[in-house]
Amino acid sequence: MSSVVPAPIARQPWGMLIPLFMLVAFGAAVLYSAAGGSMTPFASSHLIRFSVFLVMAAVITSLPREFVRLMTYPAYLVVLILLVAVEAMGALRGGSQRWLDLGFMVLQPSELMKPVIVVTLAQFYSTLPVGMITGWRALLLPGAIIAVPMAMVLMQPDLGTSLAIAFGGAVVMLLAGLPLRWFVIGGAAAIVATPLAFFFGLKEYQQRRVMTMFDPEADALGAGYHITQSKIAIGSGGLFGKGFNNGSQSHLNYLPEPHTDFVFATMAEEWGLVGGLFVIAVFSIILRWGLKVARESRDRFASLLAAGMVATIFFYIAVNLLMVMGMAPVVGIPLPFMSHGGSSMLTNMICLGVLMMVNRWNRNAPRGGLSG
Amino acid sequence: MTNWLGGKKGTKRTGPIISASTLKNTFDRRSVVIGTIQGGIGVLLAARMGYLAIAENEKYRLESESNRVNLSLIPPRRGWILDRNDAPLASNRADFRVDVIPGRLNDPDATIDQIGELLSLNPARIADLKTKIEASSGYQPVEVASGLNYEEFAALSVRLPDMQGVVPQRGFSRFYPTASSVGHLIGYVGPANAEEYAEEERNPLLVTPGYKIGKDGLEKEFEQDLRGIPGARRVEVTASGRIVRDLETREDIQGEPVRLTIDGPLQDYAARRIGLESGSVVVMDCESGDILCMASMPSFDPNSFSDGIGSVEYAMLREDQRVPLRNKVLKGLYPPGSTVKPMHCMAFLKAGISPNETISCAGGRRIGNRFFNCWSNHGTVDMAKAIYQSCDSYFYHFAQQIGFDAVADMAKLTGMGEEFPLPVISQFYGTVPTPDWKLNKFGRPWEPFDTVNASIGQGYYLASPLQLAVTSARLATGKHVMPRLTMNTKPKGFNQVDFPSDHVAYIREAMSDVVNGPGTAGRGRLPFPDIKMAGKTGTAQVVSLSISDGRSGPWKYRDHGLFTFFAPVDKPRYAGAVVIEHGGGSGAAYPIARDVMTFMFDPAKGLEALNALERQWGGTAQQRLEARYAAYAAERGETVIAPPRRDEDIFDRVEAEARVAAEQSQEIADEFVAPRSDPTAAGTPPPNAGLPTTRDGDAE
Repeated sequence: MSSVVPAPIARQPWGMLIPLFMLVAFGAAVLYSAAGGSMTPFASSHLIRFSVFLVMAAVITSLPREFVRLMTYPAYLVVLILLVAVEAMGALRGGSQRWLDLGFMVLQPSELMKPVIVVTLAQFYSTLPVGMITGWRALLLPGAIIAVPMAMVLMQPDLGTSLAIAFGGAVVMLLAGLPLRWFVIGGAAAIVATPLAFFFGLKEYQQRRVMTMFDPEADALGAGYHITQSKIAIGSGGLFGKGFNNGSQSHLNYLPEPHTDFVFATMAEEWGLVGGLFVIAVFSIILRWGLKVARESRDRFASLLAAGMVATIFFYIAVNLLMVMGMAPVVGIPLPFMSHGGSSMLTNMICLGVLMMVNRWNRNAPRGGLSG
Repeated sequence: MTNWLGGKKGTKRTGPIISASTLKNTFDRRSVVIGTIQGGIGVLLAARMGYLAIAENEKYRLESESNRVNLSLIPPRRGWILDRNDAPLASNRADFRVDVIPGRLNDPDATIDQIGELLSLNPARIADLKTKIEASSGYQPVEVASGLNYEEFAALSVRLPDMQGVVPQRGFSRFYPTASSVGHLIGYVGPANAEEYAEEERNPLLVTPGYKIGKDGLEKEFEQDLRGIPGARRVEVTASGRIVRDLETREDIQGEPVRLTIDGPLQDYAARRIGLESGSVVVMDCESGDILCMASMPSFDPNSFSDGIGSVEYAMLREDQRVPLRNKVLKGLYPPGSTVKPMHCMAFLKAGISPNETISCAGGRRIGNRFFNCWSNHGTVDMAKAIYQSCDSYFYHFAQQIGFDAVADMAKLTGMGEEFPLPVISQFYGTVPTPDWKLNKFGRPWEPFDTVNASIGQGYYLASPLQLAVTSARLATGKHVMPRLTMNTKPKGFNQVDFPSDHVAYIREAMSDVVNGPGTAGRGRLPFPDIKMAGKTGTAQVVSLSISDGRSGPWKYRDHGLFTFFAPVDKPRYAGAVVIEHGGGSGAAYPIARDVMTFMFDPAKGLEALNALERQWGGTAQQRLEARYAAYAAERGETVIAPPRRDEDIFDRVEAEARVAAEQSQEIADEFVAPRSDPTAAGTPPPNAGLPTTRDGDAE
């Protein structure tokens, strides 16, 4: 790097950060439009939250490796207790409550569980003796570590978040080197269990959402409404979109949740395919950078950690985009860095902070680190 | 696959080989796979988006437009129905209306209750609405109330934010200034039902909120003329249906007016003059055939029917034995009784019988081997006396002499049994009995007593008030007058002379004597020195003497009172008929004819008489209807049975019942029907007229 730029700044992963800033700014623009051409209530708080969480990510980035490893299990326990606490509070108040009010935002402990489960499993596998990776112990305890919070979140009920937790955990297990056939068996079991879970496990409204994915027009004013309207918004945008602030689907309220889950559809209507490709490209850049960070790390803990964080972010992006384009059921999962919402921004910025932290560790103790 | 992923079975057996570096290898390989899958999904998403935005762009752009732009029809203002002087009998009134969209209501019952409270709808109406909303399909608006004033509209509008699915609108509603007076004639309008919608090939206009089509009477008959051409409005709307802005508007074109021959004030006067009785008044213009008035009472208020026939209203009308839902001018059939006598005399004249030929009435007359009673003992009777004294014996004798077929031909010539080319939904055309007809219908031969019965308008004889009026006009003019109801049809029949002028003059004079001479309707004289009315009284029996004497006892067994008339005598200008169901005798009918004719020549004088009567009756017909409705709703509102869902069912039933009722008097035709003393009217108005029973006292 040139000497004009101070070293601490030049050190930062600008290749990822600049597209990220552009994406967040773009997200703010879309939210500005979704609010009917106004910074309030969405766009300004979106930017403020991003700024606050960017500081938090910077703090995470500076954390030393030993500290993180030390704090892992306690953090897991704390989040688990929080999960139990909201569940208990919800029961006490006679309703389902998933959040704690922190004043400037409401926090869902289940959101925190997504990065925490990744750290916990990374910690577990990095401390597990190498030879035991193919043994049952390598499966059983992590299985329990994932299953307990998953069950708690499912009880809320929040299918989307519990799947996100499972996905993050599963990716870490896969990368930790567990025998592949376990995953094949697990996958097969999931295929068998899915119809059973669908018919006996899901609530009626959840079943309807899934069925709707296959034929949204069948019930265009009921359960299929979200998907149909979202596809209309995306499809009517064409190549270049209807223009900033000109989206009729979002402005006339046809599009449900135009600022949260369906923010991509809001964007696509006004910016067209070009805008969509830009968003997908930025996400690709961020995820590729994350995987590169994971691979560059010689530290088993750090690489599992980084890859798990990438998987968590990826899960958000993929499920949300598949949903808005009518290829996945409607599950309440927002789009990272664009949707308006504190919890998902928090989770994604934790993931990003962790990735930058690992990136810093890599730089300080490059390839071929101490432990493995 | 498993091989290069490093997870193949061999790995497990060579367990010791697992080391930090093999794990790192596994990690690297697997992370590449994960990266590849992620990239693949990225490509899939991009492709899918390209497909939606490029390949299907056209389709979704259209759908987005059809979301955004709402084409709503502006219901055309309905054409007016005008009377002969262009005064409106049916017009439109700009007002405010409230619809609800059932599919958007969070809590239909609570919302309706809330609206009901704001607009102070009565409980029965609220109950009807709830039933209707329950049965309605989702997003089709249901009219809650129309004809709101601005204050009510404003009160509702400010509460809209908490009332999802409630849509206040400006619009027009049909207005009938003379209300129940024109109920049967004009009919009413209402929202189209599913069948009407299907019949018109799903014309979207029919399901436009607030749009109404003719449901009965002239409103239905002239539907296509009155309808007009709808306007259209393209608006940008939000998903919840709120209009953001107008894009484009095309005004509606009002429907064509229909000009009737009806004289609005006369129609209203006649309807009101019927008073507490059940009956009808028809007045025609002898020089053009114009029907000036066809009033049928009691009636319904077409203004209140346009919101749908309420269950309380329906129950009240249904329980009234005076059948307010039946148009008695067209669908009331009555034995014409003695009113046929002038016309029968015309048949005798035509058969060559001299008017001076006399018979002797000895309180009756022997026909064949049987003695038939007359209502009185008239002594020596010629044709004139037979008419003005209404002597039955005379008619027994000469009908027998010329044969009833000849009489029946005359009856048909003068309009009995005739269906007139009028723009009405349906008309009954009655019966002129002949030997062939009886054999065909009952398989029994014609007996002498059949001739006797028919010769005085009893037995199987049935005629509608309209036919009686036409007969009267044809006798008065001697021409084949055809009635007409709209100004744009040509007067017909005036080039066809039915009777020689000396016959006409003779009959006129005899009929004049009924009123102005020593006849049966002495109190029917017009209060003018220079204008005289001629007429003929009639009393028609509906049940045999063994059941009722026709004047007292149950209302429905009492005799019908009839009167046919024309005026002025010397140069007939107006002709008509009055039929009072179960009035107890013709005395119930001719005072009405007298007052109607008085009004015709001097409205102020006519109204004076009517106002005095209405003070006794407790208000105008419309006021009494409203009072009765309020009393009925208060008393019975909770227990009424719901009306049929379709208005058509209601009127089909009314029509079926009308046919049964019409045939009632034929049941006694198996026997000689002993005639009643003619000019009397007795008894009281029907028991459920519901208000003080004071009669006009003219008829004794």
